[in-house]
Amino acid sequence: MRSSSLGWTVIKMYTFLVYLFLFAPIVVVVVLAFNPQQFGIFPMEGFSLRWFIKLAQNESILDAFKNSLILGTLTAAISTGIGILAALAFIRFDFPGKNTINTLLLSPIMIPEVVLGVALLLFLRFLQQPKSFLLLLIGHVVLTLPYVLLIVQARLVGIKKEYEEAAKSLGANGFQAFKEVTLPLLLPAILAGALFAFTISFDDITATLFWATAQNQTVPVKIFSMLRNSISPEINALGTVMIVLTVTTPLLAGYLSRKLSKAR
Amino acid sequence: MKSANWKPFALLAPSLSAVFFLLVIPVCFIIVYSFWLRAPSGADIPAFQFGNYAKFFADFFYPGILLRTIRISLETVVICVVMGYIPAYFFYRSTTRFKQVFLLLIMLPFWVSFIIRTMSWINIMGDSGLINHFLQFTGVIDEPISMLYNEFTVLMGLIMYLLPFMVLNIYVSLEGIDKNLLEAARSMGCTEWQAFKEVTLPLSLPGVSAGSLLVFVLTAGTYLPPMILGGPGNEMIANLIFKRVINTLDWPFGSAISVILLSLLFVIVWTYNRYLGINQIFKSLEGE
Repeated sequence: MRSSSLGWTVIKMYTFLVYLFLFAPIVVVVVLAFNPQQFGIFPMEGFSLRWFIKLAQNESILDAFKNSLILGTLTAAISTGIGILAALAFIRFDFPGKNTINTLLLSPIMIPEVVLGVALLLFLRFLQQPKSFLLLLIGHVVLTLPYVLLIVQARLVGIKKEYEEAAKSLGANGFQAFKEVTLPLLLPAILAGALFAFTISFDDITATLFWATAQNQTVPVKIFSMLRNSISPEINALGTVMIVLTVTTPLLAGYLSRKLSKAR
Repeated sequence: MKSANWKPFALLAPSLSAVFFLLVIPVCFIIVYSFWLRAPSGADIPAFQFGNYAKFFADFFYPGILLRTIRISLETVVICVVMGYIPAYFFYRSTTRFKQVFLLLIMLPFWVSFIIRTMSWINIMGDSGLINHFLQFTGVIDEPISMLYNEFTVLMGLIMYLLPFMVLNIYVSLEGIDKNLLEAARSMGCTEWQAFKEVTLPLSLPGVSAGSLLVFVLTAGTYLPPMILGGPGNEMIANLIFKRVINTLDWPFGSAISVILLSLLFVIVWTYNRYLGINQIFKSLEGE
């Protein structure tokens, strides 16, 4: 169908260059993390793990990691939980104002994170509450909810209502039918939604910078404050750890879930 | 539908209250605060006056930053369309079994923190970065050229952040094109280029415009690339908000600037939705 003409070659080359543009900077971060020198980014002389060792000995960075992991996990759990319920309401029921409510729940995507950051902080100030871990958590739930909702909704559309009705006609009650029929079919979307929520929370910087305090810094906030001085191999090493964590987790999960579903 | 009417609302209650209390009410607070006064002592005094807005439009300084934000956002949109269309078309037409891998790769940057993607340009374009090192090594230059902290590097950071959104939007709309239309065009004697120009391109425009809106909105509200890769003359409106709120704690003025940014985006999104419809955007995000 497609002629392997000159045009197609140009398209391939162009795509390759765009990939290079997107990935070269990230690859360079990872490569430079192994640079043994203190100053000067290039040229690299040798290969060393010293910056990773230094990271592992840095109390405040370890704290930031702990905060980020706890925050991401809780955000994913809450956002996925309430996201599933909302998706069920949208796909399984008809009610007045459905489209408006759907748009409202998706609106955090279209509102700049800066504004979201200021707004929530201002509200907290009005309530005369100090910044806390709870602020980060509720903020991240609002940030991630639309994505979870979109992913779960998209999958739920494809799971026919008739399956549940068949289960009910065989004597299952409403909850049993959901638990035994819909939930297992929905599981991949739930996992994908939760993982996405986790990484959004784990990686977020724009709004988080408004909400974080010195006590509950996340890793991106830590990187931001380290950048104040200048870029260093240590920052590249920290970035590498982040990249490995947030990129391999979803890839691994995707691989495992495909393997599991094949095994069945 | 016969099922009890309260059920969907019970299911929606948690997320609706989250969005209502954590988004709708706080945004209303910004609007209210933007009319308040800031006492010389730094305290905020409830009031209803337009002083904060008057201050913004008093001279060319702040409107200049607003205009620059719009200009940089438009530049980002154009560059993303130019850089993003061809890769999206490549995915669409590619028949290799690596298609899924290519698609996964274009989404990969989504999983890398914005701060890392932004700072990574310092490694490339800094004084002792990759480009300077290469030029010195090959003897083209003796002293490093300083390439960072200008609008060009800000744009690099922005494009790195936004390009995947554009590619995905265009790809989703290309995939939605009925392939029979293309075959029909070819069978009626169109060359491949003509078929593309007359059929594929026009039908993919909804994806281009949806991607453009998303990229514009996200660019106009970001402060990280100007902060990390820009100089003093490259600030955008979100940097102004950040400074007012975090550095000078001037909440009323910070709120007024936020309202101005929100109004600008609202007008753009509303106009877009009025004429083109906004659902396309959410469609492409589902794929992530």
